[in-house]
Amino acid sequence: MTIAPDKTTDKSTEIVVPEGHVKLVIDGLEVVAPKGELLIRTAERLGIVIPRFCDHPLLDPAGACRQCLVEVEMGGRPMPKPQASCTMTVADGMVVKTQLTSPVADKAQAGVMELLLINHPLDCPICDKGGECPLQNQALAHGRSDSRFHEHKRTFPKPISISTQVLLDRERCVLCQRCTRFSAQIAGDPFIELLERGSQQQIGVAKDKPFQSYFSGNTIQICPVGALTSAAYRFRARPFDLVSTPSVCEQCSSGCAERTDWRRGKVQRKLAGDDPEVNEEWICDKGRFAFRYATADDRFTRPMVRDAESGELRESSWTEALQIAAAGLAETRDANGVGVLTGGRLTVEDAYAYSKFARIALRTNDIDFRARPHSAEELDFLTSSVVGTNPDNGVTFKGIEAAPAALLVAFEPEEEAPIVFLRLRKAARNKKTKVFHLGQFTTPAVEKTFGTLLACVPGGEAAALHGLPEHASDVVDELSKPGAVILVGERAAEIPGAFTAVVKLAERTGAKVAWIPRRAGERGALAVGATPNLLPGGRLVTDAAARTEVERTWGVEEGVISAKPGRDTTGILTALVAGELDGLVVGGVDPFDLPDPELAEKALSKASFIVSLELRPSAVTAHANVVLPIAPAVEKSGSYLNWEGRHRVFGTTLEGTGALPDCRVLDTLAVEMDADLFTQTPAASAADLARLGDNVSAAAAPNVPAPLLSPPKAGQAVLATWRRLIDNGSLQDGEPHLAGTARPVVAKVSEATAGHLGIELGGEITVSTARGSVTLPVEADDLPDGVVWVPANSGDVTVRRNLAAGHGSVVSVSGGKA
Amino acid sequence: MGMLDPVKGFGVTFATMFKKVVTEEYPEVKKVTAPRFHGRHQLNRHPDGLEKCVGCELCAWACPADAIFVEGGDNTEEERYSPGERYGADYQINYLRCIGCGLCIEACPTRSLTMTNEFELADDNRQDLIFTKEDLLAPLLPGMEQPPHPMRLGDNEQDYYVNGPELAKEAQK
Ligand code: SF4
Ligand code: FES
Repeated sequence: MTIAPDKTTDKSTEIVVPEGHVKLVIDGLEVVAPKGELLIRTAERLGIVIPRFCDHPLLDPAGACRQCLVEVEMGGRPMPKPQASCTMTVADGMVVKTQLTSPVADKAQAGVMELLLINHPLDCPICDKGGECPLQNQALAHGRSDSRFHEHKRTFPKPISISTQVLLDRERCVLCQRCTRFSAQIAGDPFIELLERGSQQQIGVAKDKPFQSYFSGNTIQICPVGALTSAAYRFRARPFDLVSTPSVCEQCSSGCAERTDWRRGKVQRKLAGDDPEVNEEWICDKGRFAFRYATADDRFTRPMVRDAESGELRESSWTEALQIAAAGLAETRDANGVGVLTGGRLTVEDAYAYSKFARIALRTNDIDFRARPHSAEELDFLTSSVVGTNPDNGVTFKGIEAAPAALLVAFEPEEEAPIVFLRLRKAARNKKTKVFHLGQFTTPAVEKTFGTLLACVPGGEAAALHGLPEHASDVVDELSKPGAVILVGERAAEIPGAFTAVVKLAERTGAKVAWIPRRAGERGALAVGATPNLLPGGRLVTDAAARTEVERTWGVEEGVISAKPGRDTTGILTALVAGELDGLVVGGVDPFDLPDPELAEKALSKASFIVSLELRPSAVTAHANVVLPIAPAVEKSGSYLNWEGRHRVFGTTLEGTGALPDCRVLDTLAVEMDADLFTQTPAASAADLARLGDNVSAAAAPNVPAPLLSPPKAGQAVLATWRRLIDNGSLQDGEPHLAGTARPVVAKVSEATAGHLGIELGGEITVSTARGSVTLPVEADDLPDGVVWVPANSGDVTVRRNLAAGHGSVVSVSGGKA
Repeated sequence: MGMLDPVKGFGVTFATMFKKVVTEEYPEVKKVTAPRFHGRHQLNRHPDGLEKCVGCELCAWACPADAIFVEGGDNTEEERYSPGERYGADYQINYLRCIGCGLCIEACPTRSLTMTNEFELADDNRQDLIFTKEDLLAPLLPGMEQPPHPMRLGDNEQDYYVNGPELAKEAQK
């Protein structure tokens, strides 16, 4: 393609170059580009694709592969050699010729391709990347059709596992360093590096340090060749036999966009979707690899009812199961009443069905989505500060990225909401956002967000927050800058006064507050009123006008919705034990997640009628009178509300499996009980919810003083504990490769505490309460004195189940085995 | 219609009696096909019995009739079906769909898939016309051993691909 030069000059008089922009010519086309833009991207905007391997829009430029060479002319003088367009920024008056117009650039690119292929094994038939491989595609487009290299190729032993999940085939690697740059820049886990020199140059890990990263799966996705592959997807399928369905991750409250690839009715892998507002192009390993729970052998496929004679569960028809469930629920409702525990993993549509079911079929407000430690203070906080917030008026991922400062309260971002962690790191790395962690020790996340630890005793967070203006006025100053954010985690519910202190601090500084729960369904459940004090849309149960509005929209008689605020999770369980409630409807709740598993166990055995809507057997199943199987996320459509309050809508991935979503099951069950939910499908449920809309009632902020803490006695310590990203969670079942990348199960204490309590560091520690004990290895860290940290649900250590203790509990500690 | 036309007709019959007979006495006498006839597929083996198929699915990709289904599998030291990392764990050809074009044979990178001259592919039900790996694998010849078993001819797949036949001869000595 040639363009008459006079034409170009003609045009140049027409184009106005805005401030901060430059004008250049690419392949004869004039283009205006913002200063600092990389040539390769300017070309892309024009629709000119320059071949590349190492370039990635979210990674710093490296210029490692040299595939993107173009001819550049500056000020009328051609540069002596072709230049890498992925590292060169645009400049005024530049004239660029890509492979399309310049034989020089074309030849240079072909030459680079030939060199890249010299040591490449060309084992595409057995490579997982075959069919979707940038090297394959670009070799076809820009490479030679035959090889001039007849000597022996350099070989390496075939794949080495650099973690239990990630396999590295060094022969295939083109040394583009996308993986190492991702790990160092984005994730902050530089465990994978470029080693050796010359033809022996290779990617590798240190001998005793595997590629330990919660984000390692992203390197597999961005590797432009098949050098990095996953153990989970190894040899499973080819791109041409996969059907790709856009989906949303069900694992945490970030709500990442994903792409689910499936074949013959079975999910084969998940990839990160591209959503600049939310997860950019990354997801965590849990979201990527944990999906086999849905195909576990023990999944329920048929409804079950408890046989009156044998007392055992037996399979039944839907009709029979629903009739028995309806009759049992109606009876218990008319006796003392029925409570509803929904669990925190429902879609908005399903949670709405539970909420409506409780109100009009069971005529109660005894419904709670919090299958974890919770408090009345938390409910006040959620009602006054969280419900109704959305990306337009609240904190967002982008907001975090732009914030001058962020304070994290009882929130461990890398473990609880990994994408929030990536944004915090990005903000801190690029924009120098100051990140303050109010926690117990310098966790990896504190280091990787270049953060400051504000250490306090577990349970002392509230007092620490109240003391900030006095003791750490710099933090308050930073938080007073416009755009600053405070992020509160679900653990705050275990700390009396924490929410109150957060609200006070926010009022004082003007910082915006966001609540970031761990589970994907919690924000949605809150919005649709699966809580004892709220109706859908943030309406207070105690607000008569709001009740009437809901009753009218639902088309039910006035007075159906009870005006009495209901019981929370613990309240429902206690009432069951005391005989003040008779029946229970349970969604996906694991009693061992609850603050007091023993109370839960007692309540389950005491309840006279239990209906369990479950995917797989749980501790509830043994007590249930009726078990109704429901669909996992891939087999239904719906939406999640992520922590920002953003709707994350997804369609059905696997159609026609016959599995029913909760909303459909509840709708039919309600019909048996003479109530109409109008939630036959997720779409119907969403439409019914939309008719109600939001109408957030004003509510009082929480007001709980920070308690006075007494120091632990001799032989005791205060327990700090939270869950890890990769742990015993039931949604991670069936994934041994993923489980292998979990962080080691160790307890942490400070050196001084270890000395006091006679604990040998590097040895074992036994943590016990009146309920039981756990023994695990122990190491030193910078915790406050008198504090011991234990992972909440990893390996054999399940704090709730073993100890019935939580964050801030006082526990007995001794060295060695119990 | 002329008067002599019926006689003409018998003339044709009469003349045909002296031509070469085209009727096949099938199935009493089986026709020998041309050597390159596209018949039933076969999955070949290395000289020691290991499978040549690496489960790459290129045949399935090439097939214009979508008659082939393949799923790869991962060889382990304890359970090895082919030299190298990958083997065909599931292999099916649907002869209700196959049009015998042979594109799959051209696509096969290891010469695992070839076609035999066997053409008797008729049945009275659909199920039996989906041939699985067991039906398609070449019979074990003398010196071959039913996989899974370790690589007998060399230390790695290179040995098999580069000097398989020589190594096999040596092994037999
Ligand atoms: S392993 Fe992949 S991502 Fe890493 S340098 Fe090699 S080719 Fe690039
Ligand atoms: S893409 Fe430019 S050097 Fe790799």
